[in-house]
Amino acid sequence: MSQHQPSATEPQRRSPGGRRDDRRHTPKVNRKGIYQRALRSAFAKLDPRIAVRNPVMFVVWLGVFVTFLVTLDPNLFGTVSDHVAQQRWLNGIICLILFFTVLFANFAEAVAEGRGKAQADALRSTRSDTIARKILPDGTVQEVNSTALRRGDQVRVVAGDMIPADGEVIQGIGSVDESAITGESAPVLKQPGTDIASSVTGGTRLLSDELLIRITSDPGQGFIDRMISLVEGASRTKTPNEIALTVLLAVLTQVFLIVVATLPAIATYIANFLETTLGTQAATQFRSGSSIAILIALLVALIPTTIGGLLSAIGIAGMDRVAQFNVIATSGRAVEACGDVNTLVLDKTGTITLGNRLADEFIPVNGHAVADVAQVCLAASLFDETPEGRSIVQLAQQLGASLDLTGKQAEGIEFSARTRMSGTDLDGAEYRKGAVDAIKGFVRSRGGQVPDTLDQAYEQVSHLGGTPLAACRGNDIYGVIYLKDIVKPGLRERFDQLRRMGVKTVMLTGDNRITASVIAREAGVDDFIAEATPEDKIEVIRTEQAQGKLVAMTGDGTNDAPALAQANVGLAMNSGTQAAKEAANMVDLDSDPTKLIDLVTIGKQLLITRGALTTFSVANDIAKYFAIIPTLFAAAGIGALNIMQLKSAQSAIVAALIYNALIIPALIPLALKGVEFRPLTADQLLRRNILIYGIGGVIAPFIAIKLIDLILPIA
Amino acid sequence: MLQGWLQIGLTLLLVVLITPVLGRYIARVFLAQKTRLDPLLAPVDRLLLRLIGVRSQDGMTGWQYARAIFYSNFAMALLLAILLFNQSWLPFNPTRLTSPTWDTNLHTIISFITNTNQQHYSGEVTYSYFSQFAGLGYMMFVSAATGIAVGIAFIRGLTGRPLGNFYHDLILAITRILLPLSILGAIALIAAGIPETLAGPVLVPTLEDPAVQQAIARGPVAHFEIIKELGENGGGFFAINSAHPFENPNGFTNLLETVAILAIPSALIYTYGIFANNLKQAWLVYCIPFALLVGFVVVSAIAEYNGNPIVNTALGVNQAVNLEGKEVRFGWAQSALFAVVTTGSMCGAVTGMVDSMMPLSGLVTLSNLFLQIVFGGQGTGTAYLFAYLILAVFVTGLMVGRTPEFLGRKIEKQEVVLASFLILLVHPIAILLPSAIALVFPDFQGISNPGFHGLSQVIYEYASAAANNGSGLEGLADSQPSPIALATGAIPSPTALWWNLSTSLSLLAGRYIPITALLLLADSLSRKQPVPATAGTLHTNTTLFTGITAGVIVILGALTFFPVLALGPIAEAFQLTQGMR
Repeated sequence: MSQHQPSATEPQRRSPGGRRDDRRHTPKVNRKGIYQRALRSAFAKLDPRIAVRNPVMFVVWLGVFVTFLVTLDPNLFGTVSDHVAQQRWLNGIICLILFFTVLFANFAEAVAEGRGKAQADALRSTRSDTIARKILPDGTVQEVNSTALRRGDQVRVVAGDMIPADGEVIQGIGSVDESAITGESAPVLKQPGTDIASSVTGGTRLLSDELLIRITSDPGQGFIDRMISLVEGASRTKTPNEIALTVLLAVLTQVFLIVVATLPAIATYIANFLETTLGTQAATQFRSGSSIAILIALLVALIPTTIGGLLSAIGIAGMDRVAQFNVIATSGRAVEACGDVNTLVLDKTGTITLGNRLADEFIPVNGHAVADVAQVCLAASLFDETPEGRSIVQLAQQLGASLDLTGKQAEGIEFSARTRMSGTDLDGAEYRKGAVDAIKGFVRSRGGQVPDTLDQAYEQVSHLGGTPLAACRGNDIYGVIYLKDIVKPGLRERFDQLRRMGVKTVMLTGDNRITASVIAREAGVDDFIAEATPEDKIEVIRTEQAQGKLVAMTGDGTNDAPALAQANVGLAMNSGTQAAKEAANMVDLDSDPTKLIDLVTIGKQLLITRGALTTFSVANDIAKYFAIIPTLFAAAGIGALNIMQLKSAQSAIVAALIYNALIIPALIPLALKGVEFRPLTADQLLRRNILIYGIGGVIAPFIAIKLIDLILPIA
Repeated sequence: MLQGWLQIGLTLLLVVLITPVLGRYIARVFLAQKTRLDPLLAPVDRLLLRLIGVRSQDGMTGWQYARAIFYSNFAMALLLAILLFNQSWLPFNPTRLTSPTWDTNLHTIISFITNTNQQHYSGEVTYSYFSQFAGLGYMMFVSAATGIAVGIAFIRGLTGRPLGNFYHDLILAITRILLPLSILGAIALIAAGIPETLAGPVLVPTLEDPAVQQAIARGPVAHFEIIKELGENGGGFFAINSAHPFENPNGFTNLLETVAILAIPSALIYTYGIFANNLKQAWLVYCIPFALLVGFVVVSAIAEYNGNPIVNTALGVNQAVNLEGKEVRFGWAQSALFAVVTTGSMCGAVTGMVDSMMPLSGLVTLSNLFLQIVFGGQGTGTAYLFAYLILAVFVTGLMVGRTPEFLGRKIEKQEVVLASFLILLVHPIAILLPSAIALVFPDFQGISNPGFHGLSQVIYEYASAAANNGSGLEGLADSQPSPIALATGAIPSPTALWWNLSTSLSLLAGRYIPITALLLLADSLSRKQPVPATAGTLHTNTTLFTGITAGVIVILGALTFFPVLALGPIAEAFQLTQGMR
């Protein structure tokens, strides 16, 4: 929506406000058996060609392979110990734990993917091929399979039919059940030419009447097809932050590879020294500390497997969370960009205020009584079926107005964009209501006078943030109707939250400055543009972007398309035109513009989860170092560094590895759900998260490794 | 004991007091604001620039800046090579020294061009006066100025300015900072008794037997000495460096030299604060290296004060200051302070034998070399510090739910590649890999003191090279025979050849890879459009974030080396306390 006539013809849209949880719903997703499937998929991902895509976990996977070899023959890479059986036992355990580490990481990714797949399956079930009635250029009807339809074809759809492909209604009016994609059970009215209600989606069902549709997409490229490939993760590409993080993890892995690869040389040098001072036994014990299996164990413990194993799951789950809000994102990049958004550009009507304005008060002018004004308003609104019109009738009746139409000649005058008024001709008397300017013109054209009090009333309403309509009977202006804009409940709090998160909100409205400023104050937005045109929208976005800001906006009309494309995050309404949907990088299936606010939260949550688990993973290294190095090289007299008092080198390594493996499944729920987001400032968030994941990441493994060491039946 | 702590405290206080004064001055110089030296030196600058055909306003990209450094440094290295290889017939050679072995020359050239001054030779018997002041002394100025230029270019990029012109920055660094300060410092040192002469060694009859004559080396020491400290060079005129009474005769010269070492790298952080218009952040960031410095000095000083437990037991005392390898005129406190300051700041000058210090002193000096930011090298230390800050922003910044940004510039793949690569990867490669090779082949080692300490010696040598520090734990057979010895039939040693060549690689890797990465990082940051700060922006000028950066530095920078620290100095420390010999 971008044009805001102060009129009553705003198309009605479903605008569910209310609590965020209420808005979260998933269209009929079958989640049964998801874990079994994920488990199967976790094994399938062991395929080296797939495994190599994750550098950190691939190193672990190679470790499994090598430790397996040294389990078969512990002395494969040179004699490390005389106790072959004992060494084999340890190598076998290490191999097994590493295998599970890889498996757990695969499982995390598979569970995340499985959720998307389940959603895709639900969508796909709507996608059964149907028979379409294609209209050939000569006018004859040919029955073809829906997959044979091409862009530009015309098809006829009758009540009960599945709409065969995405298209534009060019003739007819009918109600369509779109619950398959939106989960919304109420049918939606579709008709040609109305910009918004003319686009239909393949896979939805026509419930009544008959439509002539021009197909707008080739097979396999329709809206649902794109949705399926997106939620399935088939077309998932890594987002910028994810790529940067992968680089850091790869560098850390290489650093520890160097540390571990050079350790045997250092250990051998020290062992040779110990042999001369402490004797063979100490030296042998020392040398066994740098056996291949133990070096691999040390490497795996040090490289960031926790975040490495969960990174892709976090990304997929982020997309899934967006889908749970019934929003389809065209890329993970768009979701990530939501977290970075600095400015939200929001339309007033439908987004900030409820779509319908309601009559609140009649202000008489020209010396008329309120009751008379009510009477005129009632008459003028008799045939007005819009919510505004009905609210005027209701208010008039409350004030005691009534109309007996028996034996009277009544004709409704429709609203048009040209006249900007509507009304009723009742027994020769012309009752009109409409924009104040329009009524002024009407009255003057009938030879009437415009009283000064009209402008006073007009300004009074404007100052209240309402929309003033004037009502007249013939050449006599009776008064002003105060149409009140209702700011959606709870929005003010959410804008406050956004402000605390550093996100600025800009309201766009066609209203005049005074009205706009009142609504802006009431809703708590930071800035507003009054009397805005579609060009203003793109101008606002450009200005903000020129300052280096990221801008998000919503839109549904064709004239919103350039602005949607220009914005960093463009959220199109599913009820909107095809052009808008294609220009945007997200589509809201519920057509609820306030969802933009949820998307900002989801984007931030995605980034926070990544950062938190990275910090946690890196902080864990301290404890792992302190567990392994002192016990491994205890013969060098550094046993005092074994501050956890672990039982032995074997026990310490196995405990550290078990912790390292188990922490992955333990964090899967967090990775999938995301770190709980609180609308705090960056500095508050940092303080909170560094306490939990930074300090917590240092302390937790000390406790966990000590506990595992106590439980382990290894001496 | 109190006197020792007072010496340490007052020295550090002096450093902190100098920081804003010098930092502001450096900022004025490089922000092209007027300074008092302009009337005198601006014509000199212009003449030099015209001579080399560079217009000062010609800006450079990161890669152009780096290339200018490569080319100019290579040309300077060639000049030095010509000089060193031909010193036998060049002037100011009173002792008629011939050229040392080619590998000594090669190592020396690389070591001095990289601002390291790792010395595998004894100055007084290897290089002529001319080689020392015209060759090595020249390098001390230009390599330090190169470092300052890199630091300034990095600060410019970080704060969204164009990087500037390397040649212009190089000239300014010399004429406005290094040269004026060196002249003042050299005069002070001469006044304090340091020789500055072109006369050859003086022969004196010994007290024990007047018939026997002793040659006492001297030379143009004072001017060499001040730029050695001020430019984080560390290459001593004499073999034993600042422990020599002609390099560092008394408490005053020691104080002056210690302060000179820290002056520029610490002031550059303040300079950043002026460039970024954020002095609060500058002081907070300043706290990181300063706190580490204080912590390390305390550890080292206590260890030296308490002495060797085995010796103490043998002497039957609780505590006897470890004075082995120390100059008694400096004592435990100044020696410990100097050791920590010189390793932290990549100067590499020494007033005592680090080899003879307690293992815990070895631990802190090694940690200094690993971290490279305890004020760090000339210019590069400050750049490293902020590169660490960028890494900390990236690792923890995601936790506030935005793409991490520093000073409004987004940290993305390119920046992470450069920052993580240069900070995390180059150093371990240049230290651990050659160390492992040296340890595997006993023929290369020539380790004088096998065991844990031997490991420390090897690691220290490469860490010192890779960090461009230049100090040595010593004890390695890394010196070729001097020209005098060669003339009398000494044979070049294979271990020295190994050390000369292998450390040369670490020297080059530790200098030019990070410098390139730093400049590219600065370039890429300077080109980014800044994002305005909002409540959702992570503020990096808070105590909390500074603490986090310190944590990241310790975890990422030091943990990499935990195994070698544990098996080197830490094991040695336990060895002493447990009485194991």
